[in-house]
Amino acid sequence: MSGDVTWAGLVVSLLLVAVAVAVSLAIGLRLERALAWATARAVVQLLLVGWGLALVIDPARPLLWSWLWVAAMTAYAGVVARRRAPEVPRVLPLATAAFAASALVTLGILFGLRVFPLEGRTLVPVAGLMVGNAMNATVLAGRRIVEQLRDQRAEVEARLALGQPSSRAARPYLVAAVRTALIPQIETTRAVGLVFLPGAMTGLILAGVDPVDAVLVQAVVMFVVLASVATTTTVVGLGLVRRLFTADHRLLPLPRPAEPAARYGTRTAAPS
Amino acid sequence: MSDRPTGDRPGVLFGFEDVGVCRDGRWILRHVTAGISAAGVTAVVGPSGSGKTTLLRLCNRLDAPDEGTVRYRGRDLATVDVLAHRRQVGMVFQQPVMFGGSVRDNLLVARPGADDARLARALADVGLPPSVLDAQAARLSGGEAQRVCLARTLITGPEVLLLDEPTSALDPATRLAFEHLVLDLARGTGDRAARPVPVLWVTHDDDQLRRVADRVLALDAGRLTGAGPVRRTAAEGTRP
Repeated sequence: MSGDVTWAGLVVSLLLVAVAVAVSLAIGLRLERALAWATARAVVQLLLVGWGLALVIDPARPLLWSWLWVAAMTAYAGVVARRRAPEVPRVLPLATAAFAASALVTLGILFGLRVFPLEGRTLVPVAGLMVGNAMNATVLAGRRIVEQLRDQRAEVEARLALGQPSSRAARPYLVAAVRTALIPQIETTRAVGLVFLPGAMTGLILAGVDPVDAVLVQAVVMFVVLASVATTTTVVGLGLVRRLFTADHRLLPLPRPAEPAARYGTRTAAPS
Repeated sequence: MSDRPTGDRPGVLFGFEDVGVCRDGRWILRHVTAGISAAGVTAVVGPSGSGKTTLLRLCNRLDAPDEGTVRYRGRDLATVDVLAHRRQVGMVFQQPVMFGGSVRDNLLVARPGADDARLARALADVGLPPSVLDAQAARLSGGEAQRVCLARTLITGPEVLLLDEPTSALDPATRLAFEHLVLDLARGTGDRAARPVPVLWVTHDDDQLRRVADRVLALDAGRLTGAGPVRRTAAEGTRP
């Protein structure tokens, strides 16, 4: 295929990472080690995933293996969501419910209505795309809702004191969180093709697929992302509101999370 | 002394029976047993951190006790419809909390579907002209905002008013105007001339206590240290 990248090509492409390392060295970012480690990790992870996928989505293999792969991805995404949003109470079951809802909507439409044939080579990438976006949306929406209800506690309690049920008192913050998660996706969807060529389409064209076919796949991919983010944030929002209020409509205490340790360290300004 | 529970006696609005509230391992209130009168203004006094606000929040169930029972007109608050109860027991907070949008939008949160005439009447009850309806809530002065908060609470038709140091951020003239307004409500006098609305008023201002309160309930470090009429306690420095 014209888009094939050889092993030698992969090694040569590391020159691009070397450029980033050089920039880091030149202006004192102190990110050289982080860049090198991230690159090495990405190559190993992707190779492992590639070999794993080759085994799993082999047409000769039962579809069950693909479903198991999807289940493992979903479970791991839930664990990552819990790690990234520790301030969100019981985020793991919440994320699982959100992923399930998102899967029902996206996979249900794509495979139920035969947009794609239900095969390992379609199921695993589409589910991966859905789970990845759903995970980010879960973390963003969950953190934002908890943060808003904590910071706007006085306003929430003023609404409760007027006799509003908790679902109604929390609604402005739920709406804001879903909007915040969805608006960047809408912007991306609007600008696609004009401002940038998205990843799936670029990859397909590089791999030698006809651009029009690549566009059709890309459009479906973007719609999966939109549906996934909208479904996930709504499920997370509704679920969180049930957890952050008592049955008698009291807002539970929401302590501030401890500051996470900086992954890349902090640079202090040099004394003048 | 009556054997009836405190909150079950005639003339008692709120009854606290051996009430305790514990937060993060610390007792905010402990062994509080008291009755709040169903008439006039009862002031809740005490130093900062003595549990005044928590006591008030128990009355409309924004907080729940970890020990004991809080009663409203004899009924255990753990068993009532809390949403209906909160509309009967209106609360005004220390800092005026304005929702987004106009003053009209704010009042409609409390009484959805009310027409402008009803909203204007609510503003008139707190001494504000109808033109304020169109003002952006975020642009009101502190005094205006607190009056709008009071109007927003009153438009739900509460039987009781809970005030959590509502004048602490106001200038002296606005504070006095607010006090007169609430006293009119408590006595059923003034332009409003409606049925009297009993008031439970948290304050740390002794002068204000003398100006507004009929009775006082004193807390210190989460314990009830005294309760009684202000007249009786005035000679002892306003504390029972």
